[in-house]
Amino acid sequence: MSNPQEQAVIHVHRDDIGTRMGMWLFLFTELLLFGGLFFLYSVYRFTHQQDFHIAAKELNTLIGTFNTAILLTSSLTMALSIAAIQKRNIKLSMFFQFLTILLALGFMINKYFEWMHHISMGLYPGGDELLSKGPGQILFYGLYYTMTGLHGLHVVIGAIVIGTMTRFTAKGVITPDNYVKLEAAGLYWHLVDIIWIFLFPLFYLIT
Amino acid sequence: MEKHADHQHDKHVTNYGIYILVWLALMILTGLTVTVAGINFGQLTVTTAIVIASVKSYLVLTIFMHLRAEQKAFRAFIGIALFFIIISFILLFADYSFYVR
Amino acid sequence: MASDASALDQNGHPSYLVNTGKHQGLKAWILSTDHKRIGILYLIALLSFFAVGVTFGFLIRLELLTPGRTIVDAQTYNEFFTLHGVIMIFLFVIPGLPAVFGNFFLPIMIGAKDVAFPRLNLLSWYLYVTGGVLVLLSILLPGGPADTGWTFYIPYSVRTGTNVIFTMFAAFMLGFSSILTGLNFITTIHRLRAPGMGWFKMPLFTWSLYATAWIQVLATPIIGITLLLVIVERVFGVGLFDPALGGDPILFQHLFWIYSHPAVYIMIVPAMGVISEIIPVFAHRTIFGYKFIAFSSIGIALFGSLVWAHHMFAVGMSDTGQFVFSLLTFLVAIPSAIKVFNWTATLYKGSIELEPPMLYALAFIFLFSIGGLTGVIQGALSVDIQITDTSFIVGHFHYVMFGGTGFGIFAALHYWLPKMFGRMYNKKTAKVAFWIIFVGFNTLYFPMFIMGWLGMPRRYYDYLPQFQPYHVISTVGSWILITGMIIMFSNLIKGLRNGPVVTQKNIWGGETLEWTIETPPTHENFDEIPIITGGPYEYKENDEPVLEQEEK
Repeated sequence: MSNPQEQAVIHVHRDDIGTRMGMWLFLFTELLLFGGLFFLYSVYRFTHQQDFHIAAKELNTLIGTFNTAILLTSSLTMALSIAAIQKRNIKLSMFFQFLTILLALGFMINKYFEWMHHISMGLYPGGDELLSKGPGQILFYGLYYTMTGLHGLHVVIGAIVIGTMTRFTAKGVITPDNYVKLEAAGLYWHLVDIIWIFLFPLFYLIT
Repeated sequence: MEKHADHQHDKHVTNYGIYILVWLALMILTGLTVTVAGINFGQLTVTTAIVIASVKSYLVLTIFMHLRAEQKAFRAFIGIALFFIIISFILLFADYSFYVR
Repeated sequence: MASDASALDQNGHPSYLVNTGKHQGLKAWILSTDHKRIGILYLIALLSFFAVGVTFGFLIRLELLTPGRTIVDAQTYNEFFTLHGVIMIFLFVIPGLPAVFGNFFLPIMIGAKDVAFPRLNLLSWYLYVTGGVLVLLSILLPGGPADTGWTFYIPYSVRTGTNVIFTMFAAFMLGFSSILTGLNFITTIHRLRAPGMGWFKMPLFTWSLYATAWIQVLATPIIGITLLLVIVERVFGVGLFDPALGGDPILFQHLFWIYSHPAVYIMIVPAMGVISEIIPVFAHRTIFGYKFIAFSSIGIALFGSLVWAHHMFAVGMSDTGQFVFSLLTFLVAIPSAIKVFNWTATLYKGSIELEPPMLYALAFIFLFSIGGLTGVIQGALSVDIQITDTSFIVGHFHYVMFGGTGFGIFAALHYWLPKMFGRMYNKKTAKVAFWIIFVGFNTLYFPMFIMGWLGMPRRYYDYLPQFQPYHVISTVGSWILITGMIIMFSNLIKGLRNGPVVTQKNIWGGETLEWTIETPPTHENFDEIPIITGGPYEYKENDEPVLEQEEK
């Protein structure tokens, strides 16, 4: 009987693939969370096509496009931060992580101005101006605030998570030999980007 | 106790250049979506927008999220998740497309 | 509880019940990331909430003893059945088997030392307990507990002044707990199987947990967002479902059931897994059609995701929608039936031992078949228009959820508790309790089919006098059932405290890995990870079980 120790013992100290697998599964839950909202959007758009067209005119396509560019760029910087740490360039990785957070901030600032603009016009849930419009428009704005709001919340969470990763990188918890946490944060961030990739045309480009 | 490093990444380190190229493609596709939206194709506009968004997502998934380099199981997982979303969507419209309330 | 079971195993390793870490007392349990301790934590919390749920069931039946007011007013009655549903569904039947026995035995059955994410596991438990406490708090806070039914249908759920937000938020947290458990199990099964443990060498309970975990991960977020949206609607008046603001209440129902139907498969599939474990052991025969049973779990998860609108046949869907969902509902019965056939085939020519776990397992097959068949009846559109929202439906889902999953949980308790604690309960008392429960269960629920068919609506506080005889029989049944359950649980608890100590590794003659390790298990489960060469359930007819495993 050969020594079972060598064959059978498994050092389960780290399972990077397992960690990434867990994160992907979590991403699915986020995808389906927003998926429910996309279902709502689809049904209401189908049943109120005219109203949705009219309501969408109030949204500023330029800001929307700009925000899309910001988020896509932040995905780039996130991916670059991982490539950098793979290439053992810790400072560069931290720089890219920092850029990502900055871009996230830019996105949220734009969002803030957008929302403020609509709110000042009375186009918010319960607002008189909105209630005077047809039901389709009320639904459009309900979905607009809920979906971009929930998405914005995820942008903020993502930025905080990445910020934590930057701290970890600075402290040596994340290293060129152990960076699965950064990868996991990256995966989360890319999902936030993908959700916006779909949100953008559905709200801003249906005029 | 030695640490068993992740062999995946010993083999596969993507270069900066690829990421920048993908980013460029994403920007171009975004520009395309906006342009198409300006031209009124009617029903086709929505479909085109979704198709372009799907292409963009595919690029993000495979390159930025390293799906290309991961185990096959991950791709199967995405298939399962997408299947669930798509079939729920289709069945939901089995109700809505045939009845106006 | 800890001291007797602190017998050291042959290598001087203490059982998991003995504190070896830096914490003592309660802290050693509620801060533990050991999957076995977390399983026990879930067990205690689960049974506590179950007791509350049973109490509300008891009160419902008491109220229904006579038409009109019996013990409470109509408002309170609505709150009773809402709480009964919310507690039983979200706090007992959905988490039940995966959280308790999945947590305890999944790693052991695949030859692992713990789950993939032990700390996430503990978080799941915290979320579970918090959700449960929130539900209980909703009873005490001003406004009173929700009175909408556990289905929270629009528009009443946005209009009522009761603590709907609280209850929905509790359900949201419970959903999150469920999601994390599912995520953990999928990763564990993919990544932590022992060498040689191929997919088709895994026990069937593991297969059932895998299929269930996918439903948990994919379907639960849908109800998460739906509940969140109702909360948002109540708080901000956003107008997404409220018909007064242009919303579609039917859309709420669609989204609600897109989760809540697959949820019933989260409830039943692990229970079927338990039955697949127990039948071969006590029939002393290899399970018939292992691959069919394994794939049928996946099939149920798959088809079960496609049938949700059969809860909505009478609300005004399109004809096409109704036909499609009715057809799919018939199809989902097929994989379940495959399991029933395979279990029966396993029993055939077996050497059947009627130990308590087996009694519950056999009862499961009988009761689940009744429940399942009545489900198919409901799937027929023309019939459903008559019986939807009647007691018939209530009878159906209690047969599958209670006669199915409930009995599955009871079976699992009698099968695995001796392993978990190293104590045996009184088998004779257990059998007596079983028969009382069985009689009580059928007396309570069978009349519901009859009176539902005759037109008795569900959730009604008042009813026509012609239904009273059925209600009386049913309520008496509830008393018999509760008596039986009290005896059953007392017996189990007494066994855990004062029962004979069990140190035998293979208590029942099982073939899966949990029966090869210490009773109770040590902290690490295995002194060394086993190398698997044989499949589970490889019985030779009526012989001693043979396990091919490296021995020290």
